[in-house]
Amino acid sequence: MHPRSLTIALAATGLTAGAAQAADLTATVEIPRLSSASYHRPYVAVWIETPDQTAVQTLAVWYQQTANSEGDGTDWLKDLRTWWRKGGRALRMPADGVSGATRAPGRHTVTASAARLRNLPAGQYNLVVEAARELGGREVVRVPFRWGGANTGRAAGATELGVVTVAVSR
Amino acid sequence: MKKTVFALTTLAALMAAPMAAQAHRAWLAPTSTVLSGADAWVGFDAGMSNGVFIPDHAAMRLDGLVITAPDGSVAQPENMMRGRYRATFDLHLTQPGTWRIANVMSGFGATYKQGGEEKRWRGSEAEMATAIPADATDVVRMRSMNRVETFVTLGEPTDIAPTGQGLELVPVTHPNDLVAGEAATFKLMQDGKPAADQTITVARGGTRYRDNPEEITVVTGADGGFSVTWPEAGMYWINASVRTPSAGDQIAMNAQYNGVVEVLP
Repeated sequence: MHPRSLTIALAATGLTAGAAQAADLTATVEIPRLSSASYHRPYVAVWIETPDQTAVQTLAVWYQQTANSEGDGTDWLKDLRTWWRKGGRALRMPADGVSGATRAPGRHTVTASAARLRNLPAGQYNLVVEAARELGGREVVRVPFRWGGANTGRAAGATELGVVTVAVSR
Repeated sequence: MKKTVFALTTLAALMAAPMAAQAHRAWLAPTSTVLSGADAWVGFDAGMSNGVFIPDHAAMRLDGLVITAPDGSVAQPENMMRGRYRATFDLHLTQPGTWRIANVMSGFGATYKQGGEEKRWRGSEAEMATAIPADATDVVRMRSMNRVETFVTLGEPTDIAPTGQGLELVPVTHPNDLVAGEAATFKLMQDGKPAADQTITVARGGTRYRDNPEEITVVTGADGGFSVTWPEAGMYWINASVRTPSAGDQIAMNAQYNGVVEVLP
C-alpha cells in the first residue's frame, strides 16, 4: 500500500472512531432513593420510539448480570413489561453496548453517538425509560425530542423514576 | 459488634429458610371465604413469592398444616398436591361456622465458629444441646416460629379461639366479615400477650395487573391492636415479623405471621 493512502485510511478510521465516541444524544436518568425495608435496585430499560409508540432502538437495559439461588438475572427482564412487549423479547441478551448492571439510586447518563443512531431518520421521537423493582412498582417516563438539530427535553416520574432529560447536540 | 450483626443476619436468613427463601412472602390462599349451604368445598393454594398469590417461585411445605373445624376438632385436607410453584389441597366444610386453616412451623437454629470456620445448624430443641460442639465460639442460637393461615366460613361466622402460641392475629372484626371501604380491627399477639409497636404490612393481590404495589403499613398500638380500612375488594395478605433478642436463658426469637383475608365489595 502507498504510504500516503495508508495515512488517509488511518485518519479516516480515526475520524469514525471519534464520531462513534462523541455523545450526540445524551440522556440522564434519575433513580430515586426510596426507603424500603427490602430495597432492590430497579431493572431499567431506555429506548427510542416514534410518536405512535413504535419502538425503534434500545439504548440501555440495566439488569442483574449474574445468576443466583433465585435464578438468572434475565428471568425478570419480562417485568420491564412495556419494553419487553415492544422489542425486548426479540433481543438476545446480553447485547453489546446495551446490557449493563443495575444502578444505585442517583443520576445516570446514557449516551448515543450519531454513528450508533445512523438508522434513525431525522424527526420527532420519544426517549422512553421504564423502571421495575422487585417488591416495588413500575413506571414509564416518556420524553419527546427531535433528532436532527440541537434540542432538549425533560420529564419526571412520580414513583420509580426521578427526572429524565434528553439533550441532542446536533 | 459488626461480627454479631453479620451472624444475626445470616442466622435470620437461615431461620427464615424453612418457610420462605429470604424476602419471599408466604401465603395460603383460599378459593372462597364466604360460603352457604349444608356443606361446601374450598380449595387452597400455598406458595412463596414476591407478589402475593402469584405462584412463580416456590411451593410451600405443608408439614405443619393444622385445620381446625368450628367445633374445635381437627379436620383433614383432601387432594393434597405439591406442584413446582404451589402446593394445593381441598377442604370439605361439613359443619357451619368458621374454619381455621394454618401451617405452623417452628424450629431451632444456630450459627457458630469452629476453628475459624463459620458453621450453621438447624434442628429441634432437643438436638440443640448436643448439636453445637463444645469448642464452638460466637454461638448465636435462635428459635423461629412461623404461622401462615387463613379462615373460611360456612354460614354464620363463629368465634376464633386464640392459640396463645407464637405470633397470631386475634380478630376484633371477624376475618370473614370484611368489606371494601369499612375499617377492620385486629390485635397482634405474641404468646398471648399484646405485641405493641410492631409494623404490619398489608398487601393486596393482583400486583401483576397494576404498576403500584399499593401496600399499606400500620403500627400496632399498646394493646397490639391495629385497624385497616380496605381500599377495595380483593384478597389481602397481612404480615408481621417480630424479632426478640436473646436475654439471659431466653434465646433469640424470630416470629412471623402471614395471614390471608378476603375483602368483598
